[in-house]
Amino acid sequence: MSELTLTGALGLAYWAETSIKLGVALVVIPTAALMLGYLFLLKMMAFMQSRLGPQDVGPSGSLQLIADAIKFLQKEDIHPAAADRRVFRAAPVVVLASSFLLFVVLPTGPDAVVENLDTGVFYALAVSSLSVLGVLMAGWASASKYALLGGLRAAGQLIAYELPLILAVMGVVIQANSLNLQEIVRAQATGEIFGFGFVGNPFILTQFIGFLIFMISAQAELTQTPFDMPVAETELVGGFHVEYTGFRFLLFFMAEVATTFAFSALATVLFLGGWWIPGFDFDAPILNVLGPMVMLAKILLVAFVIFWIRFTYPRLREDQLQKFAWKVLIPLSLANIVVTGIFKVVL
Amino acid sequence: MSPATVSDGARRFAPGAAALREQQAYVAGQAADARVNVELDTGDMTLNIGPQHPATHGTLRIACRLDGEQVIAAEPLMGYMHRGYEKLCEVRTYPQCTTLINRIDWLGSFANEVPFILAAEQLMGVEAPPRAQWIRTILFELSRIANVSLFLGDMGVQIGALTPVFFAFRDRERVLNQIEEVTGGRFHPNFDRIGGLKDDLPRGWIAETHAVMAKMRGFCDEMEDLLMGNEIFQTRCRGVGVIPKDVALSHGLSGANLRASGVDWDLRRDANPGLAWDQIDWRVWTHPDGDSFARYWVRMQETREATKIVDQLLDSIPSGPIMTKVPLIIKVPAGEAYVSTENPLGEMGYYVVSKGGLGPFRVKIRTPSFSNISIVPWVMRGTYVPDIITILGSLYFILGDIDR
Repeated sequence: MSELTLTGALGLAYWAETSIKLGVALVVIPTAALMLGYLFLLKMMAFMQSRLGPQDVGPSGSLQLIADAIKFLQKEDIHPAAADRRVFRAAPVVVLASSFLLFVVLPTGPDAVVENLDTGVFYALAVSSLSVLGVLMAGWASASKYALLGGLRAAGQLIAYELPLILAVMGVVIQANSLNLQEIVRAQATGEIFGFGFVGNPFILTQFIGFLIFMISAQAELTQTPFDMPVAETELVGGFHVEYTGFRFLLFFMAEVATTFAFSALATVLFLGGWWIPGFDFDAPILNVLGPMVMLAKILLVAFVIFWIRFTYPRLREDQLQKFAWKVLIPLSLANIVVTGIFKVVL
Repeated sequence: MSPATVSDGARRFAPGAAALREQQAYVAGQAADARVNVELDTGDMTLNIGPQHPATHGTLRIACRLDGEQVIAAEPLMGYMHRGYEKLCEVRTYPQCTTLINRIDWLGSFANEVPFILAAEQLMGVEAPPRAQWIRTILFELSRIANVSLFLGDMGVQIGALTPVFFAFRDRERVLNQIEEVTGGRFHPNFDRIGGLKDDLPRGWIAETHAVMAKMRGFCDEMEDLLMGNEIFQTRCRGVGVIPKDVALSHGLSGANLRASGVDWDLRRDANPGLAWDQIDWRVWTHPDGDSFARYWVRMQETREATKIVDQLLDSIPSGPIMTKVPLIIKVPAGEAYVSTENPLGEMGYYVVSKGGLGPFRVKIRTPSFSNISIVPWVMRGTYVPDIITILGSLYFILGDIDR
């Protein structure tokens, strides 16, 4: 691990470093949500569906989401009469907090990371499942049957996809010898396949099955379309957030898109080699600038796949997802771990 | 021009023996008591689906008793959009009635006018000239394509795929343009007259329509690739909402819903009321399964078949007048007549009673969706909440056609 910290490199005091990191985090999440929302949710979806998408606000509608956000802020904040007001209000914050916390451990350069935890993988997976708690709170507190069904579906889904998600990451952890996300990037950067090490060893090559399982489970975690039963517009009319209006709905929306961004970043770090650029020294300071750009490109690539699937496929039924997760994904990911372990011992 | 080639989806999607067994078991399970939690007595929940719900595309209300997500009982409740057309017809003259009748099945409007006009013609003893019959049939089939093509995309939305419906809207617009070019109205043509039609076809229309029909066949292929061949779509639709033959017949189902249960029954072929369907070569598609997938499949094949019918009719259209001689002020002699046709949604019939006045004394409209939706309590027992939407989508009703 690099001993060079931001404090050391720039000679900043602890409080200055912390406030810079906090500011960046506060800027990154809305920006990420706006970028993905505009690029994929509005423009790419419109393109795939032979529509134009937003046109009027800003150049080719690029400020549409900002206009939408302003509109949401002006809306009346409605609580259902029978709602549990406190829980109802807390739920979107919990969901958004979960995606905020995810950003803490994502490395974007040799030093450009908010907090380089040694148990980064563990932490990321733990906070990402926090959002289900918020969803369940929203479903329960709304005092609506549709919302309740949505919340319960989300909770029922949790185990079904959380297990394969964790098990898929296990393969990477075994190969990299570490739970630290920065170390995982390093392992990919310094690794080599059959003696050819110029591009390092992005784990998508050796952990391809793990990557697939990770992407499928992430799709479920993010409640994107083949697994969007908790939302299910045509059945539950929006599921857990059916009763939310105004800025609370905005929080849900932001959390959804920002979590998609964070998960794409996680997939990038775990499987696509992270921020490292072939040919550079792993600790080269310039990578603190170039790294985030490379990360962003890879994140957009992964997010594109996520949204592509979302716009193309129909939705599975809840029991079909359970069947798929327990009969296919979990055995497959267990087998993946076993094979990875054998290779680890033998090689 | 040779008849359009219809790609044979039958082989590609034929069910295996195992799938059929599974479906039979499913039907048996449906007939039994739907409740699963016999040891743990959990409370039921009543879930109102509708009247304002996206899946009911209109204002149908389905009151469901749920055990968890399983449906114990479902009852369709209608009347939220009742507009009293049967009564309103009694205080209007015959030509005025078609304006109302257009709005019953609003996606395939022209097809609504035809049986009413035919009933009035039958009472008056007049017959439209062949060219008018031909154009009527063409417009009838065009409205079928406009109607059913929207279903082909909409079924995707019902089960979560957003994209197909936009393709459906895009390509349906081509058909609506053709209808508009002839009649002047996209949705409500009001074009059929007693004794013929309001106007002849515009210049160049036949070639344009041939091109549009080719496009619509392309649309069907696209839907087959995008949606019908999709693994998830098949998982969601196969064996869901199975309606056996006898149940379908006893509930008075008609149209594609009946043919998807394996009943070979099509009024265009079996009881042609004098339109041009018997002059050309086409076939009726049936499917043995009776599940949601079969209903989708049958409608897909029918859309293709309709494009083929239109192509042939366009090539064989006779010349001549489009209006026979009828008095300026239409008075229909006393009597009763019932004429029904195979509309996009099923059998639509008009029972017209005349007492010799300017308008009908009584009109009873037999709409297909009203009867089709009557199967809901039977077919939804024991299914899950997502299946409610799949079944409703595949039964394909238009609210105006239920409530009229």
